[in-house]
Amino acid sequence: MMLKYNTLIVLAGVSLLGASAGMVGAFAVLRKRALTGDALAHAALPGLCIAFLILRERNVAAMLLGALASGVAGIMVISALRRWTRVREDAAIGSVLTVFFGLGIVLSKYIQNLSNIGSRAGLESYIFGKTAGMTRGDVYLIVAAGLLGLVAVALLYKEFLSISFDSEFARSLGWPVYLLDLLLMSLVALAVVIGLPAVGVVLISALLIMPGAAARFWTDRLGTLLVLSGIFGFAVGLVGTWLSASLDQLPAGPIIVLSGTTLFVFSLLFGKQRGILARWIDQRRFETSLGLRHLLRIAWEHQTEGPRQAAPFSSADLLVRKTWTGPRAKQLLASAQSAGLVRPVATGNDLYELTPSGRDEALAATRGHRLWEAFLAEYPDQANSTVNLASLSIEDYVPPAVVEQLTAQLQAAGRWPEDRMRAERSRESLAEGGAR
Amino acid sequence: MPAVLDIHDVTVAYHRKPVLWDVDLVIEGPQLAAIVGPNGAGKSTLIKAVLGLVPMASGRVLVFDQPVASQRKRIGYVPQRESVDWDFPVSVLDVVLMGTYGRLGWIRRPGRAERERARDCLAQVGLVSYERQQIGQLSGGQQQRVFLARALAQEADIYFMDEPMAGVDAATERMIFQVLSDLRKAGKSIIAVHHDLRTVPQYFDYVVLLNVRLVAAGPREQVFTPENLRKTYGGRLALLDTVGEVLEAGPR
Repeated sequence: MMLKYNTLIVLAGVSLLGASAGMVGAFAVLRKRALTGDALAHAALPGLCIAFLILRERNVAAMLLGALASGVAGIMVISALRRWTRVREDAAIGSVLTVFFGLGIVLSKYIQNLSNIGSRAGLESYIFGKTAGMTRGDVYLIVAAGLLGLVAVALLYKEFLSISFDSEFARSLGWPVYLLDLLLMSLVALAVVIGLPAVGVVLISALLIMPGAAARFWTDRLGTLLVLSGIFGFAVGLVGTWLSASLDQLPAGPIIVLSGTTLFVFSLLFGKQRGILARWIDQRRFETSLGLRHLLRIAWEHQTEGPRQAAPFSSADLLVRKTWTGPRAKQLLASAQSAGLVRPVATGNDLYELTPSGRDEALAATRGHRLWEAFLAEYPDQANSTVNLASLSIEDYVPPAVVEQLTAQLQAAGRWPEDRMRAERSRESLAEGGAR
Repeated sequence: MPAVLDIHDVTVAYHRKPVLWDVDLVIEGPQLAAIVGPNGAGKSTLIKAVLGLVPMASGRVLVFDQPVASQRKRIGYVPQRESVDWDFPVSVLDVVLMGTYGRLGWIRRPGRAERERARDCLAQVGLVSYERQQIGQLSGGQQQRVFLARALAQEADIYFMDEPMAGVDAATERMIFQVLSDLRKAGKSIIAVHHDLRTVPQYFDYVVLLNVRLVAAGPREQVFTPENLRKTYGGRLALLDTVGEVLEAGPR
């Protein structure tokens, strides 16, 4: 029973750490500091070893303090290289990450080879992570740090948003951007260092980066993104810890990262806002609606303006005008038919005509198309800026006076489509009314 | 009446190469001013130096006779459009709300009053119906107007704008200019980097000619002369054609 309680506490602790790291990490990614977090984690290893070598015993708090110190030292070296030399940031991050990590590996091998105390350091668990051996004290530390991260992000939401989106504007407001950056990186450092025993230096950055990156597929709004990153981080921590606890011989870090990867791939495929599937469906829908408008316009021109007026049209007539494939034309005709816009004249002979509601839609589509054409010819300088050709209705984008002017222009050129059949019908009914 | 902007002895150097050299400039009273000069003349750098965004090798800047640091709430800023990542997950309204951050101070979030103010500013640039859109879905001209609306939300007394009309169509350019001249009529000052010599006489009443050093500054009709333009741009033929065109077109 006691053991179960302990497991629960560890689960809760790592999940909370995941939530906090996810939110802090989302900001780090938006501020384009994701790799810096990774460098920080790798640079933490030598400090961890040095703290152990000094104390000659496994004191978690001291070792994490050492980790924090050397991690921050790594960041400072990166920042100094960028500022005072002509080394570019990616090169600086790469060098610092590898040099510090290499040093850490050398030190950890040295410690493991010390005959009397080496095995007691438990350094393996700091490299790849281990949740099984965590004490309740470790978990309380994690909970405290996790809460601190969450509260800081909630309070400084507006400040972190401004430095991530437009740091020059933030500076023009007189804000201490450098200090805020430092604060953000400190929160990252805190999450990294506190997460080290559970996840390990190699893979902790995944806990920072993945939740935010996955959340980006679901939303375009920062508030939602942060909440989702927190939830995703929580879930990844929970599932990863639980799996690694039940599969005793496996290190926790890789399991947590694999859970994160699963979530990321799922979001990449199915994310509502930017997922591959959503984009594909959106694209298909757009192509179909565009195709239908073309179909209606061709049908209109065939039935009312062509040499054989009121004659039904076939799919071959569509292919004369568009580069559709035969099956595509059939498919569009089928969807137009199911929308009640066209109907077959007789069964099985591939001849179609517009229904009354199809006539209305076709008239609107033809008018819209010609108005856009006239607009582009008249105002070529606005082609990129105001025109949204995906929209049927020019009225939504162009002031009414301009639409009137373009309409008049089309009427004068005899290019303004009118529903003559309907006009005649209404004239007849007027005449009838007059006769009575 | 205090000078709205007083720049003295300003030199800025990147990697020991001066991009601004000994600039002295005093602008008295509210003005709608254009900073004009060839590429690499230091136009953007001058604005950034005033705002403290780039370090100065020497010099000092006063706004309303006070150091810039004490006048931040009276200063509005429109950076170049390319300076931010438009894929960022924020809505149009979120960006405009950033204009109210300076007055809000630390930690406090924008509330209903700020949101109304931001909507008001969006209305002034004709983008009310776009407030919920993600900023990347807007066209270039619309993005430029979002930045302008954000500056309006700052409710400043002096605005620094880095090419507010770059890459916009003619209709948007006229709309932006209308907003600027309304600000000017309300007693505000606008100092804008402007890239198109031909529209300077049409839009601005004060001109600063810059090419690393200050060539001339003053009311447009006194300063915007072929002589001064030649000093700013050198004697290159293509440019002289432009200058000729400008002067034929004359003031508005």
